[in-house]
Amino acid sequence: MTSAAATPPAGPTRRPTDWASAEMRARIRRRYRSERLFRLVGLAALVLAASFLAFLLFTIGRNGLTGFERTEVKVTVAFDPAVLNLRPEQLTGPGAEAALGAADFQTVLANGVTNSLGPDGEGMISEGAWLTLRDMLAKRPDLLGMQADVWVPATSVVDQLAKGRLDRAGRTVSADLLLRYDSLERRKLLRTGWNTAFLSVADSTDPELAGVWGALKGSLLTLAVTLSICFPVGVLAAIYLEEYAPRNRWTDIIEVSINNLAAVPSIIFGLLGLAVFLNFMNLPRSAPIVGGLTLALMTMPVIVIAGRVAIKAVPPSIRDGALAVGASPVQVVFHHVLPLALPGILTGTIIGMSRALGETAPLLLIGMRAFVADVPAGVTQPATVLPVQIYLWSDEVARGFVEKTSAAIIVLLMVLLLMNGLAIYLRNKFERRW
Amino acid sequence: MNDMTNPATTAAAAPYKMRAGEVSVFYGPKQALNAVSIDIGREDVTAFIGPSGCGKSTFLRCLNRMNDTIPGARVEGRIELDGEDIYASGMDVVQLRARVGMVFQKPNPFPKSIYENIAYGPRIHGLARTKAEMDVIVERSLRRAGLWDEVKDRLADSGTALSGGQQQRLCIARAIAVDPEVILMDEPCSALDPIATAKIEELIDELRGRYAIVIVTHNMQQAARVSQKTAFFHLGTLVEYGDTSDIFTNPRETRTKDYITGRYG
Ligand SMILES: Nc1ncnc2c1ncn2[C@@H]1O[C@H](COP(=O)(O)OP(=O)(O)O)[C@@H](O)[C@H]1O
Ligand SMILES: [Mg+2]
Repeated sequence: MTSAAATPPAGPTRRPTDWASAEMRARIRRRYRSERLFRLVGLAALVLAASFLAFLLFTIGRNGLTGFERTEVKVTVAFDPAVLNLRPEQLTGPGAEAALGAADFQTVLANGVTNSLGPDGEGMISEGAWLTLRDMLAKRPDLLGMQADVWVPATSVVDQLAKGRLDRAGRTVSADLLLRYDSLERRKLLRTGWNTAFLSVADSTDPELAGVWGALKGSLLTLAVTLSICFPVGVLAAIYLEEYAPRNRWTDIIEVSINNLAAVPSIIFGLLGLAVFLNFMNLPRSAPIVGGLTLALMTMPVIVIAGRVAIKAVPPSIRDGALAVGASPVQVVFHHVLPLALPGILTGTIIGMSRALGETAPLLLIGMRAFVADVPAGVTQPATVLPVQIYLWSDEVARGFVEKTSAAIIVLLMVLLLMNGLAIYLRNKFERRW
Repeated sequence: MNDMTNPATTAAAAPYKMRAGEVSVFYGPKQALNAVSIDIGREDVTAFIGPSGCGKSTFLRCLNRMNDTIPGARVEGRIELDGEDIYASGMDVVQLRARVGMVFQKPNPFPKSIYENIAYGPRIHGLARTKAEMDVIVERSLRRAGLWDEVKDRLADSGTALSGGQQQRLCIARAIAVDPEVILMDEPCSALDPIATAKIEELIDELRGRYAIVIVTHNMQQAARVSQKTAFFHLGTLVEYGDTSDIFTNPRETRTKDYITGRYG
């Protein structure tokens, strides 16, 4: 064994690796197989997710697109001052609105329907159709004493018939009504077109008169309250926790609490809002201010967490560099850390706001489920929000609300899309600042 | 103000820019530096050498109080800048850091334009009243850092788009821009290639005399080339401090000799 002592390290000899052995080739085959499998599974998951989304969009689109249209009936109306109980001079000046409000448009319309449609007109015109006459006269006072052709909203049943959404053989439509409908159709007194009212008025008990603008504006006002509170507070809290707070038991407790708060079911925030803002602080019920505050409670932890992650991701070397040229801690934060963290903070904020926009449960608890027929003028006025409006409409028995529900969903999705687009735009803009 | 009684004027006559006496540093319960005393010459380049973890960076960061930002770090002893105790309660840390600039191991330009990188310091200290004045400061700083000719046509480009060596010179220019009295460099060449390293060494040579410079380095040749004074640290203590020529040719301590001859480290 003398020669063995001279050779370097003794021990089990190692055979050279045989890369072409059967075992190796089997290993390579297995590897390829598992990679193919993984790609297939991933693709399948994607296809499944995409088809769910496509199905959702298709159903909503099919049900909802006609919700943006409404059927109108052409009526020749005589704006008779005697019937209306209006004098021309009353239509100008500050008292005009009150005078119009007191005028008897119902009779004028009823006369017009009898005269121009005859017996066909019965049950064709929406109960709120006279409002169209009022708005028309308000815009054109010169029509007083004249005759005019006016397109007024039809009843929901006519509307649904015109859109082919009602079964003509079904029990909901009487044979008489069908005859009158077909007659109007023949006389070319019906048209179905873009429903401007849907995007400019608030809720109504009649589907043909109901609009989504009240709920949309309620949502926007609520989100404005939420954003103006939870963005500054959330970002400042994140900055304080990351940059200033000492690491001790108290900050640990705060951190755990914030993380837990982000996971608390939203209905609990609703109860909290009910107890604090309505019962204790006596803020107005059903108002965007209360909804906004409640949603701010819910969104704040999301923003704090996103903010902290974004701030943590800013490399410490940037802070060192700024400190070393004599920047104060506040200057370091506002000149260097915050601009670099902003894309992340904004993304987190918009995700939080999107969640707030779709939130329903807490708002039901603070009274935003009330029937509100007026577009809210400010944050203290009674209002409802889009998801609650969708919930309320989906619960309605009237057939016409089905398409309104889907149309409102489309509006909600559009707003969401807009917000996410804004998030992407802001992120790209701030990332390419230099 | 009477110049004769101005402490800065009288201090200017003293040969030492900074004096550290019995400085000890603790990170929590752990002592990282033990009673280090060093005087930093006004016109010298002072090199700190020693094996990794011996406390060179720790000591360097004491000189502009960057250790204040590390939670749990505690500094004992006395450090003076022109005779003024920099750890005294009346000392403004922000101003101190403007007077004692720092360049880090890894180039860390701000993710802003080259111009902004230089202009940031002067702006927050109000050193330029007009855009024209700022332009002058930016050009002068970049010239001193030997970077002007390479970047003068692309001042609006991002500082992070430069090469590593250029970035480090940008950081030096950034430190110069606030007109410091001392520049601390913590292994400024360790992330650079030999050519970029040579440029930085050249630059240090040019800056010598105008600023008191302290440089931490792992490279013995570099210490020998650029410095007039060398301090050898080992295990948190200062083993030997003296003229560079003496340290490298005739060290008093065997530990120093072992280290510079490559016996360990
Ligand atoms: N932030 C810190 N927290 C705790 N210990 C530290 C910290 N920074 C440095 N140290 C310790 O202090 C000692 C000196 O480190 P440092 O000054 O970085 O050494 P050098 O720069 O000479 O390599 C090392 O033992 C290191 O582990
Ligand atoms: Mg170091």
